[in-house]
Amino acid sequence: MVEKLLTRYNGAPYSHTLDFYRSVGGYKALEKALTMTQDALIDEVKRSNLRGRGGAGFPTGMKWSFMPKTPLDAGGVLKPKYLVCNADEGEPGTFKDRLLMTQHPHMLVEGMIIAAHAIGASRGYIYVRGEFYHEIQRVQKAIDEARSVGLLGPSVLGSQWSFDLVVYRGAGAYICGEETALLNSLEGKRGEPRLKPPFPAQVGAFGMPTCVNNVETFCAVPTIINDGAAKFAAIGTERSGGTRLFCVSGHIEKPGVYELPININLKDLIAHCGGVRGGKKLKAVIPGGASAPMLHADEIDVAMDFDSLAKAGTMAGSGGVIIIDETACIVEVAARLLKFYEHESCGQCSQCREGSHWLARMFQRIELGGGTSEDLDSIATICANMAGQTICAFSDAVTGPALSSVRKFREEFEAHIQQKRCPSKPLAYQASAHLLHHASARL
Amino acid sequence: MIIDNKISQHIDTLRPHFPTEQALLLPLLHEIQGKEGWVSREAMKEAAAFLHLPLARVVEVATFYTMYQKKPVGKKHLQICTNVACFLRGSDELLACMEKRLGIHCGETTADGAYTLSEVECLAACGTAPVMQVNDDYHENLDEAEVLALLDRLDQELRHG
Ligand SMILES: Cc1cc2nc3c(=O)[nH]c(=O)nc-3n(C[C@H](O)[C@H](O)[C@H](O)COP(=O)(O)O)c2cc1C
Ligand code: SF4
Ligand code: FES
Repeated sequence: MVEKLLTRYNGAPYSHTLDFYRSVGGYKALEKALTMTQDALIDEVKRSNLRGRGGAGFPTGMKWSFMPKTPLDAGGVLKPKYLVCNADEGEPGTFKDRLLMTQHPHMLVEGMIIAAHAIGASRGYIYVRGEFYHEIQRVQKAIDEARSVGLLGPSVLGSQWSFDLVVYRGAGAYICGEETALLNSLEGKRGEPRLKPPFPAQVGAFGMPTCVNNVETFCAVPTIINDGAAKFAAIGTERSGGTRLFCVSGHIEKPGVYELPININLKDLIAHCGGVRGGKKLKAVIPGGASAPMLHADEIDVAMDFDSLAKAGTMAGSGGVIIIDETACIVEVAARLLKFYEHESCGQCSQCREGSHWLARMFQRIELGGGTSEDLDSIATICANMAGQTICAFSDAVTGPALSSVRKFREEFEAHIQQKRCPSKPLAYQASAHLLHHASARL
Repeated sequence: MIIDNKISQHIDTLRPHFPTEQALLLPLLHEIQGKEGWVSREAMKEAAAFLHLPLARVVEVATFYTMYQKKPVGKKHLQICTNVACFLRGSDELLACMEKRLGIHCGETTADGAYTLSEVECLAACGTAPVMQVNDDYHENLDEAEVLALLDRLDQELRHG
């Protein structure tokens, strides 16, 4: 098995402290980075083939290179540049950033200082989802420790360069994980996505050039600088390097976060996690967080890197792998996901706002036995109107579970419609009060 | 005054880190809720005056985010995740079990103001599903027995102030 690069010290007592982190070579990469030029740093990250771990898989070095070198305002004054960490971790099935912030907050801090040096940022914000109360304390503590020894502040490690980090607490909105919604939220506004262009590298936080990366992306930076891009790039594929933190949940024997080569085969990943819970038969896998189209059990012989999963018609997304066994009703699973999207659409675009609402109603209706075969056609039509037409990619994400579940498990949907009930439930099954309440509120 | 010295001093320490006053709105609303348990209309008015923002701007922000409670909640806010990974591991049964024990439906508060029961979306702890957040703390790997034991402990805490 390939060496772990980020989670080697998982579970070690005090792994979150500065003393521990330094005792295992922490902040050595920063010392090295400060001796390198900005271009050399960006080149190194480009050569590592690191791609963003937040969902879209954008090449990190290239994103950094888009940051303007000396942006001037209308009066010819140099504008500040910002670095932002996306720690909103909201994609259902994803729970790796929480682990990194809890156990290795200094890795994040070091990665961000290096990134800030590479793009010439003067301040960094870490936007953490509001529910992560204890994780926020951890990260804040790490920042305070780093500042107390001169790793942050007016003169980073005695250099001429000033950089500091600020934690910002979100307040419960999945859409704030989308980077432009996150920037609005960081400005104290409603977390509504912005039209692009302009991209954050031009007009980001508070109108200034801004670079946004995910927690895990930043955490990969120290190892790349310390051990060299070549070592990182040697793992994975030609277009996507390194290990990745896979979050495995659902009907799996040993759920958890597993750091493995980014191109591990899904079949092997499942085996690595002890297989399907209780030796049951696999039905489906959601391979990259809730927005990733489902894979049928007979499609799991596939590598998990961005390109291979895209070729298989789904996506690697956030690394959240949800295992679904034969006992689950796919209609119910999909209905649950669509209820989530209905709740989380920010409502700016009518296709998304209305479409998410209609889809949630329809899936719920079919699950409870009130669906018709026209509903299945309507689902396809609604989805066609939702994809690629909106301000942000949320609307496309909704169509992932909706279309894939109907396409790959059509017979389950038809059985619900014909039998006017969920066939996997006992005959005497009564939908619980809260489900009926939810359905009736909408039907 | 809801925004007391403690809150205003805390906001003052944040101010130098942000180029705009409005950026302080989310932290301010968190502080208010931390003190009051929820964000009332009165609190929104104070926040608007404190940050020199129009009231409408504060209201539109406070209502956008689900964590800001727009009506009072119980002393213990039970927030169970019913999203997909928790659902696959039995969150619905736990919700039903709590509804029965507390005698309320999801979304309601007990008559004595002790508990509010809510359903929330993914808490990013799916590997230890099912998960419930109670006030600031996560409780993970739950089953019915553990939920009942947890409620016993919370009952005790409430009784002893
Ligand atoms: C609806 C939606 C939700 C998202 N949620 C998250 C999230 O919770 N965390 C995250 O890092 N990226 C999320 N993203 C991706 C971000 O927009 C952005 O691509 C990412 O933060 C960039 O960082 P990276 O290049 O390091 O991956 C989301 C995107 C969309 C469209
Ligand atoms: S696509 Fe949906 S979530 Fe994205 S901006 Fe439009 S309405 Fe909001
Ligand atoms: S689905 Fe419940 S914590 Fe993620």
